[in-house]
Amino acid sequence: MLKIDDLHASVEDKAILRGINLEVKPGEVHAIMGPNGSGKSTLASVIAGKEEYEVTKGSIVFEGEDIDELAAEERAHKGVFLSFQYPVEIPGVSVTNFIKTAINETRKAKGLDDMPAKDMLKLIREKSELLEIDRKFLSRSLNEGFSGGEKKRNEIFQMAMLEPKLAILDETDSGLDIDALRIVANGVNKLKSKDNAVVVITHYQRLLDYIVPDFVHVLYNGRIVKSGGKELAHELEEKGYDWIKEEVNA
Amino acid sequence: MDLKDKLLSSFLVFENQADVDTYVHDVRNDAIKIFEEKGFPSKKEEAWKYTSLNKILKEDYSVFPKQENALEYRDVKKYFIHDIDTYKIVFIDGKYSSHLSQTTHDGLDVCLMSAALSKPKYRLIIENYFNKAATKDSLPSLNTAFSNEGAYIQIPKNKLVQKPIQIIHLSTGNESATMLQPRNLIVVGENSHVQIIERHQSLTDNPVLTNSVTEIFANKRAIIDYYKVQNDNSNASLIDNTFIKQKRESVASVHTFAFGGKLIRNNLNFYQEGERIDSILKGVTIIGDKQHVDHNTLVHHIEPNCESHQDYKGIFGENSTGVFNGKIIVEKEAQKTNAFQANNNILISDKATINTKPQLEIFADDVKCSHGCTIGQLDESALFYMQSRGIPEKEAKALLMYAFSNNVLSSVKIPEIKQRITKIIANKLGVNIGFDL
Repeated sequence: MLKIDDLHASVEDKAILRGINLEVKPGEVHAIMGPNGSGKSTLASVIAGKEEYEVTKGSIVFEGEDIDELAAEERAHKGVFLSFQYPVEIPGVSVTNFIKTAINETRKAKGLDDMPAKDMLKLIREKSELLEIDRKFLSRSLNEGFSGGEKKRNEIFQMAMLEPKLAILDETDSGLDIDALRIVANGVNKLKSKDNAVVVITHYQRLLDYIVPDFVHVLYNGRIVKSGGKELAHELEEKGYDWIKEEVNA
Repeated sequence: MDLKDKLLSSFLVFENQADVDTYVHDVRNDAIKIFEEKGFPSKKEEAWKYTSLNKILKEDYSVFPKQENALEYRDVKKYFIHDIDTYKIVFIDGKYSSHLSQTTHDGLDVCLMSAALSKPKYRLIIENYFNKAATKDSLPSLNTAFSNEGAYIQIPKNKLVQKPIQIIHLSTGNESATMLQPRNLIVVGENSHVQIIERHQSLTDNPVLTNSVTEIFANKRAIIDYYKVQNDNSNASLIDNTFIKQKRESVASVHTFAFGGKLIRNNLNFYQEGERIDSILKGVTIIGDKQHVDHNTLVHHIEPNCESHQDYKGIFGENSTGVFNGKIIVEKEAQKTNAFQANNNILISDKATINTKPQLEIFADDVKCSHGCTIGQLDESALFYMQSRGIPEKEAKALLMYAFSNNVLSSVKIPEIKQRITKIIANKLGVNIGFDL
């Protein structure tokens, strides 16, 4: 599904990713962990198509197609979804109408007509129940004045609405209390299937108790320096990242 | 001969032919003297520092339309709010079009200024109200000197006018360049409520200069909602001079939607002559190309316990320029005044300019006045966020801009106007989305 090959990326001439190799197959859950500043969020943004990041070398292939040159919205139309670490507040645009626009623009890109209002409402009801989101919440301005937990739940709600093939969850656990964490993880798990894949970016292991990864990768200094199964996450939780740094620097 | 000389010599002919009573003759004669003395405003004047009329005054305007022109409703329908029942006062090249209009004298007067100025039965109203709100500045004076035609609306007391009133000025471009000077008088009686929509539309690319004056009187507890739709083509310029005098407990709101035209100057003036008055001034400006829009507002708080609310949003693209100059005067007697003013702007091009200037003159000591102006750009992180959800850049920008204006749009009370404005905005931003926010 996703194949990243020797990916180098920089922002304002500062190299951040220095040769990432990663392959994600349908049905898999990958976790990317690593200390602060290792390039985790950059990797997520580069895959999603943030323009400030320049790919200087290597390639990102999604479903057999090189997506380096595609605009963020085109990647979204192909089924890439990024759950933001810091979802942006957009005053004046309600949650409902934002997601409606997102869905209909995606349909438009695929040559489909707008989703009938009745179907849209039904889908919104279904998915908001899944994330235990109050109806009143949906008419509020997107992310404006939302608590940390509400913002993250809203991200996963949008993911549920858009049904992406590849979901990248960037620090979705940060700022969540345990109840919100459970709701969010539960939502992600319910959406999992053999045809889609999830990449969980996290600093801590606790989210991985709920969303269990098939593979864990450690990112350090812009490279994946270690990969393993879910037990690697536990090891990192126990021992921290210093031993990895020492291994790499040795 | 420059435009000023042409106007001065035309005045003699105009005034000799006029069939009005002495009061109006005197007012006009005084007005032309003021214009003769002051001339057109220049950038040397503080109030015109950022707006130059030089270019538009160079055209060789015809001052009186030579012939009457007819238009079919189906050809101009799109400039009307046509999905609801309304009164209509329509002018073609400054002349009344009975064919396109729907006026009334049944319980209220929705008719013509020319009738009001010449018929004895209106004399008392004319003497009490005509030119009593307009200032003695040069452009309103010029309009007064030539005042002859426009909308005359008089609502008696305790009347809730069920249908909005549309005042529409169309210009056909049959002359190579046309100057129009419509004059509107609106008197709203005690406890009455009226909604008015005003639009100026040029139908060709020939230059048009409109110097319009509207005087509005809101009597005790009257409610007036006024909507100005300014979406003219790129050779049409508009100088709109609107004066609103409010009596005790009245509420008057003016929404100005400035989307098109070569140069637009809105001189919007409120005078609060009683207690517990509310004055509401709102505007959305979205322009590009080399367009210029200047909002020059005045709220004069004269009596205690009154409020005013100003909220202007501007989006400027390409080489466009904007001006906002908001003046609030709070007289010594006007204690407990609440005056708010906000002017927020987004520049979406490196070459666009906005000059914004709040001007507060407060002589009372127990008042609440706040003002704020911002100039910014579209939020890049919001754009990426929206794009990452599948909303293309152009649509994402449009959505952000629409959301930015939404505060003002949400206070529009006639749904059909809101829909129309929304459509114009979508059109202007080149997108096909509903903005159903």
